[in-house]
Amino acid sequence: MPKLTVDGVEVEVEAGATVLQACEAAGAEIPRFCYHERLAIAGNCRMCLVEMEKAPKPIASCAMPAGDGMVIHTNTPTVKKAREGVLEFLLINHPLDCPICDQGGECDLQDQAMAFGPLHSRYHEPKRAVPDKYMGPLIGTVMTRCIHCTRCIRFSEEIAGVSVIGAINRGEHMEITTLGQAITSELSGNVIDLCPVGALTSKPYQFTARPWELRKTESIDAMDAVGSNIRIDARGNEVMRILPRLNEDVNEEWISDKTRFVYDGLKRQRLDRPYLRKDGKLTAVSWDEALEAVAAKLKALKGEEIAAIAGDLSAVEDLVALKDLVTELGSANLDCRQDGAAIDPSCRAGYLFNTTIAGIEDADALLIVGSNPRIEAPIINARIRKTWLRGDLKIGLVGAAADLTYAYDHLGEGGDVLQAVIDGSHEFATVLKNAENPMIIVGTGALTRPDGAAVLAGLRKLAGDCGAVRDGWNGFNLLHLAASRVGALDIGFVPGEGGRDLAGIMAGAAAGEIKAVFLAGADEIDMQGLGDAFVIYTGSHGDAGAHRADAILPGAAYTEKDATWVNTEGRVQQGFRAVFPPGDAREDWAIYRALSGHLGKPLPYNSLEELRARMVEAVPHLGATDTVTPAEWGDFGQAGAIDAAVLRTPVEDFYLSNAIARASATMARCSAELLDAITGATGTDG
Amino acid sequence: MSADKQESFSFSPENLEKAKAIIAKYPQGRQRSAVMPLLDLAQRQNGNWLSEAAMHYVAEMLDLPYIRVYEVASFYTMYNLKPVGKYHLQLCRTTPCWLRGAGDLRQVIKDKLGISHGETTEDGLFTMTEVECLGACCNAPMVQINDDYYEDLDADIMAGLLDKLASGEVPPAGSQKGRRGSEPFGERTTLLEKGDS
Repeated sequence: MPKLTVDGVEVEVEAGATVLQACEAAGAEIPRFCYHERLAIAGNCRMCLVEMEKAPKPIASCAMPAGDGMVIHTNTPTVKKAREGVLEFLLINHPLDCPICDQGGECDLQDQAMAFGPLHSRYHEPKRAVPDKYMGPLIGTVMTRCIHCTRCIRFSEEIAGVSVIGAINRGEHMEITTLGQAITSELSGNVIDLCPVGALTSKPYQFTARPWELRKTESIDAMDAVGSNIRIDARGNEVMRILPRLNEDVNEEWISDKTRFVYDGLKRQRLDRPYLRKDGKLTAVSWDEALEAVAAKLKALKGEEIAAIAGDLSAVEDLVALKDLVTELGSANLDCRQDGAAIDPSCRAGYLFNTTIAGIEDADALLIVGSNPRIEAPIINARIRKTWLRGDLKIGLVGAAADLTYAYDHLGEGGDVLQAVIDGSHEFATVLKNAENPMIIVGTGALTRPDGAAVLAGLRKLAGDCGAVRDGWNGFNLLHLAASRVGALDIGFVPGEGGRDLAGIMAGAAAGEIKAVFLAGADEIDMQGLGDAFVIYTGSHGDAGAHRADAILPGAAYTEKDATWVNTEGRVQQGFRAVFPPGDAREDWAIYRALSGHLGKPLPYNSLEELRARMVEAVPHLGATDTVTPAEWGDFGQAGAIDAAVLRTPVEDFYLSNAIARASATMARCSAELLDAITGATGTDG
Repeated sequence: MSADKQESFSFSPENLEKAKAIIAKYPQGRQRSAVMPLLDLAQRQNGNWLSEAAMHYVAEMLDLPYIRVYEVASFYTMYNLKPVGKYHLQLCRTTPCWLRGAGDLRQVIKDKLGISHGETTEDGLFTMTEVECLGACCNAPMVQINDDYYEDLDADIMAGLLDKLASGEVPPAGSQKGRRGSEPFGERTTLLEKGDS
């Protein structure tokens, strides 16, 4: 633990810390461009120069290890002069186009030039100009602005695990480029945040807003089950962009491209007024007429003729209200597993990512079953890669091979191999057994098969056998795909006593035994299978569900409501409304509340607060925001034979996996251009 | 620019052996370190330039992403990313050579071959590149032809050199005025024995 003096303040830092970190610990601000705490040290911008006693010249504090007894000065005339010099050099070839630059107002170079720069330039010669580069449908470039900090190169190489960005030529001729190729990563948007200048900017956001006119709302992402912390920037009633928010336990400071760029889907294909199917055609009607018609239909039915299926984008409150409504109508036909996964709702530990995302870093052996985390949960995949890079994480995959950005042992594709691992006859079982903190990640793709319950039970047994479950460590993890799923399971949005599950509802609808079905944004089921049932669709987008619907009750998207989300770890998080739902659309829970009034069976809450109070009363851990309440280990799954069929991820198109994404033009472009590259089974396996 | 394209590249059997020997010099898992000697080997086999195909070949051989190889190849001036003539003239234009008449040499090349910096003669024999100091200042002016230094030049000698090269004869490298290394012309002038002067 070296002790050093910074500007007269004595600080002690951890061994291996840099002088820059020591300066920060001592409260001295060090300007920097190339240094980033999550990336390797480059030391090439020279902005962090400080003076060290007994050193003949200023030192780059980011690259200098803190040593015992060092005496550092950060506020001497030498340091001031050094910073001015560095900035003067950086600005020689930097264009003065701040007024038309998207980074203007939130630019490191702009801010630091103001704070530390010289008053004027002495350079009168022509500036260099660099041709712009093509980096794909998401990243816009103005390469003349580049100051060669190489953060983007280090990010793609280290965090994203794709080596496509590089610096070619040298000296004054150095250029950052991908050689005309798109950045084939599902995390590529993060280079926009990392770029300290306006060289890499968001293509969809280009020239649409200035940072100071945006209203910033801190919220939670709903594109996958990670629950990435996001900031929604809106102007008026329009979402202009989405940025990550720091949360070390969840997404660190990264978000996936789907999370970042899906927002244009919020403006297209929206359901902004209620519709009723009249003579086979959907006709716009008033709320009163729509609710009255739905109520009349439901009143004529018996409880067991009604069913409800929850989609992937519903918040917990919405589903609580829907469950209450359907229960009130006398039905127990509820299911939130619209993909038919054999998730066992009876044991919470059986459907959580128990290790937690941050916990991955403690694992030393990992078995992935029937999942491609890279496209199912890019942020979790990045965490696995981070742990793998450290060097001691052994990874095995059972399922279809894919490029996951890290090397893994491809044990095999089919259920027979999985059975061998569970039996202990496969050598990877020994790897798990010998590991200190073994981890198993099972994707929902392994559970949607007919033998899903057997897979689940088998993995439960394996987790027990290899010592993955003990005090202080639970290595059993179910990787969900849907933001709504864990919350729905927590509140018991599953068949009640005598109720039908998804398959039962579909069979009932086809046979005419189920006469009315609520679809809470459920778009992924087989709409043909609903037969002649009266379909009531609540949701935000005109997708498969709305096309089939007999009554459409327009709801709010995730950016348009205060809502509770539970991520795959079981972490309860609060999202907030950034903009209002369009047109006549309303928050989903309020729709169910209004409908209950029309039915003459009003739900016992009139405000979100009352609803939440009821929700927390029923499920206490939902009140513990921002925490993961560990779940008790128990029995789940159903022992049985595992079929030898290939296990594969259910995600066919990462960029178009839900109704909002399917409405997004940006996501469509990504799907066309990048999908093959990020899902191709090449490279690092084996 | 069809001349800049090459369909495919692979090492000849003897170069493949050499490549394996080079790779074997580096510890297990550090084979990437062989990128520079392999690029050099490829360039020598490929008529003194590196095609995209050659760089891809080296990248594949070392399990490196192509961009990492291209970064290296574009950084160092000794890798030629475009085809060069049979004789690659690298004319030093840094101060000592320039003071000693590098400008005259450039003129001779321009007059005799009709090429300036970065150009190649139509017959594909000569390419001229102006370069910075090659470290032979004491025998300035000088020009590097392929791997060899030709020193103590002037316009006439340069013209003679070019004629010989054009006729297929490769003149001996080193000082063209007959001195050995950078020793003085004639008698020694320094480090004399006592009483010599």
